[in-house]
Amino acid sequence: MAPPVAPPTLKDVADLQGRYVFDGATSRLGYRMNKLFMTLREAAAREAFLADEAAYCDRFALSEAHKRAVLDRDWQAMLELGGSIFCFYKLAMLDGLSMQYLGGVFTGMSEEDFVAAMRAGGRADG
Amino acid sequence: MAEVIWGMATSHVPSIGAAMDRGLTKDPCWSPLFDGYAPARQWLADHTPNVAIVIYNDHANGVDIDVVPTFAIGTAERYRVADEGFGRRPVPEVIGAPELSLHLVQSLVDDGFDMTVFQELDVDHGFTVPLSVWTPDPGEAWPCPVIPILVNVIQYPQPTAARCFALGQAIGRAIDRFDGVDTIGILGTGGMSHQLAGPRAGFINSTFDHMFLDAIENDPRRLAAMTREDYIRDAGSEGLELIMWLVMRGAMNARVRKVHSTYYVPASNTAAALAVFDNRTAAPA
Repeated sequence: MAPPVAPPTLKDVADLQGRYVFDGATSRLGYRMNKLFMTLREAAAREAFLADEAAYCDRFALSEAHKRAVLDRDWQAMLELGGSIFCFYKLAMLDGLSMQYLGGVFTGMSEEDFVAAMRAGGRADG
Repeated sequence: MAEVIWGMATSHVPSIGAAMDRGLTKDPCWSPLFDGYAPARQWLADHTPNVAIVIYNDHANGVDIDVVPTFAIGTAERYRVADEGFGRRPVPEVIGAPELSLHLVQSLVDDGFDMTVFQELDVDHGFTVPLSVWTPDPGEAWPCPVIPILVNVIQYPQPTAARCFALGQAIGRAIDRFDGVDTIGILGTGGMSHQLAGPRAGFINSTFDHMFLDAIENDPRRLAAMTREDYIRDAGSEGLELIMWLVMRGAMNARVRKVHSTYYVPASNTAAALAVFDNRTAAPA
């Protein structure tokens, strides 16, 4: 049976630049950091993380860049270093931050302005 | 012979569940969404199936990131509600339908869909929010047993829209061959347009969403012919979840009757919609 849809062309993929796609290579880059975030589903792990964040990062053998992004809560760096939004959102929740807050970080807006933009119908394509 | 009696398509944004759990449905920011649900909920309450099938994606909650199944199905007797990092939603545990699940596995694998099987699974908001949209006050139990079918939409390359539609058609054929129950409801979840991360965070495309809402009823093959790159471009990296509506639609008849639909922006960072379709257009409602 032939594939139902032609595979994407290079142009298709190039067109997606800036639209942030969590692909296999991105997932490999951020894998250990994302595994760390996944442990934060457990209350005991959340306590252990908050008790000594640097040591917790070392347990997952994070690179210096990944560790720095986590310790500094540099959400843009986490994204660029292969963080999955669904994984590092667990860290944001632990900090009491919302998805609207993160939306503001990614777009250079305050959380209030981001929420207002959503309530006004959302942001148009950039 | 079992029969799909209805299909329900809905966004599964976690904040929709949170708004219900926290009693915020009358809040001015939320009431248009919940008011829009009312006619569909009333119709669904009069058409409770024997079993429901929920097509959804896990968001790195019930399934760790070290395994990424493209298509998967649960075969358990029960499914726990996942703790996503802030405790479990205060909603009933999910009762499964293992006999139908195992029939679906056999039938789908024989039909060329090599499903991953979950014998144990915690279901996250992608699954429980649609159940709450359907049944706001479930009491001690959801209206019927429910089977989870999972689609990878969070790591590229996701399955194509065409493959999702074909999976739905295979589910429909499997249901035709099952004698254990009479009536089935099928839910396709996710969407509509939204993007969570990167410079395009907050993206909404209501023109695309309205096209999709019409075509899912009247021209699903047009939607199935779109590439995942089309979806990412037009609906956003997470709006691509809409391919899961095509699994629902593929399991239904060529002609369906829209019972009700509603569309609202925003549910947090997302365009939210609900659409309910009667699959028995030839029979009296």
